[in-house]
Amino acid sequence: MRDVAIVAAGMTKFGELWGSSLRDLFVEAASGALTMARADHVDAIVVGNMSGGQFVGQEHLGPLLADHLGMAGTPAMRVESACASGGAALRVGFLEVASGACDLVLAAGVEKMNDGGDVTAVLATAADQENEAYHGITFPGLYAMIARAHMTAHGTTAEDLAAVAVKNHRHGALNPKAQFRREVTIEEVMASSMVAEPLRLLHCSPVSDGAAAVLLCPLDQAKRYTDRPVKIRASAAATAPMALADRKDPAFLDAVQLSAQRAYKSAGVGPADLHVVEVHDCFTIAEICCIEALGLVAPGKGRDAARSGLTALGGKVPVNTSGGLKSKGHPVGATGIAQVIEIFEQLRGEAGDRQVKNARIGLAQNMGGSGASSVVHILERV
Amino acid sequence: MPSPRYWREIPARYRLEASKCTKCGKVSYPARRICPGCRGTEHERTRLSRVGKVVTATTVHVAPDDFVMQAPYAVAIVETPERARLMVQVVDCEPSSVVPGLKVSFEFRRIRKEGHGGILCYGHKAVPA
Repeated sequence: MRDVAIVAAGMTKFGELWGSSLRDLFVEAASGALTMARADHVDAIVVGNMSGGQFVGQEHLGPLLADHLGMAGTPAMRVESACASGGAALRVGFLEVASGACDLVLAAGVEKMNDGGDVTAVLATAADQENEAYHGITFPGLYAMIARAHMTAHGTTAEDLAAVAVKNHRHGALNPKAQFRREVTIEEVMASSMVAEPLRLLHCSPVSDGAAAVLLCPLDQAKRYTDRPVKIRASAAATAPMALADRKDPAFLDAVQLSAQRAYKSAGVGPADLHVVEVHDCFTIAEICCIEALGLVAPGKGRDAARSGLTALGGKVPVNTSGGLKSKGHPVGATGIAQVIEIFEQLRGEAGDRQVKNARIGLAQNMGGSGASSVVHILERV
Repeated sequence: MPSPRYWREIPARYRLEASKCTKCGKVSYPARRICPGCRGTEHERTRLSRVGKVVTATTVHVAPDDFVMQAPYAVAIVETPERARLMVQVVDCEPSSVVPGLKVSFEFRRIRKEGHGGILCYGHKAVPA
């Protein structure tokens, strides 16, 4: 396997982008990455997308998006793993380059959620249709059950969860690409409307439109495109039982732990070596469970991390400096790529007001469904 | 949901049919071809007890279209004495009273009216025991 580098990135602002279609979003992000690298071709395009078919009635995204990028003829396909589609697309692109099959790959993610689809019902297709969605459970409802289980087992409170939203909005306020560039208080979170007990509106990531793209090439060719390549030290994935009822402990995300263990082993690093981390905080409880499964804190000890500052900018291991899904926005198929772009910018020293000093190694963790799939990438400045 | 897709689920939804692995004894609900515990492929059919205990729960306030008229409603993961776990609504009580540890029994109920045609869909819900 060859070493693989990320040499360029592009992304749209995240938000309710009524003036942009799915193809517009992709073209903007992809063009940004191509321009940055001064590349006029790619060997392959991989697009992460959860549900173009249900959100906007459009499948077969590979050729559509290659065509609109002016690259009809280029191999292009869509990769799906629910909300982890972006991370999965990056992993496929990584494998194409690492294997020697391709020398320059565009790995992108895109989702157009605000175009009239029944978003709650479409997202619920990432759960078990016959045994979960049939009974009226929603995605916030599944994570609410994870939260209840965590509260029962570890004494976590709704205010502990709110502290995650407060931290991530504080970070997101510094991110020009974020959907919600404003801070919130614990009181505001706790006064927001109830979605699925104990999760309130401000415990949930928003419904977003957006796209993100990166360019991958062999590390030994990276200098053709940039002076500051970022190496992908590890790419790993894992799954867990689809239905929450079938997991051993509903308060622990086994797929996240398994994907992280594989990534740590492959990279030869551990959680203590990470300088900056992006995790999949689709709901506040998810960040708490993810930092536990990644080994940033001990199992059951995630509740204090945001409030104590451990995972805030300036803390020991800043988590979700981009604002996370919570504040930056969560166009599901684009999220995994956008997380990696935040780490890419941090390691290149381009994160502006959000910059973590001397960040050299970072990790991005992207999750599908209620935690049934997880993809982890570890990146390093070279 | 087209009718055959609904009919296929009737053994599990109407009769709580499950599979019991003849190798490791694990009970899977609904029935599976391959045991998720030991990958065994020999099973006997069994039925879940009609009682269980809440493992975790929530009250859904923002509901999918087919459930809007029911909100707010409690949904829980319930473990039966066979150690099978299933997701069900918990009804005939205050949703806030549905907490981990609550003992429940299962009853055959209408789950929802589906789509504009209002097709009736059935299954089991839990009530406090």
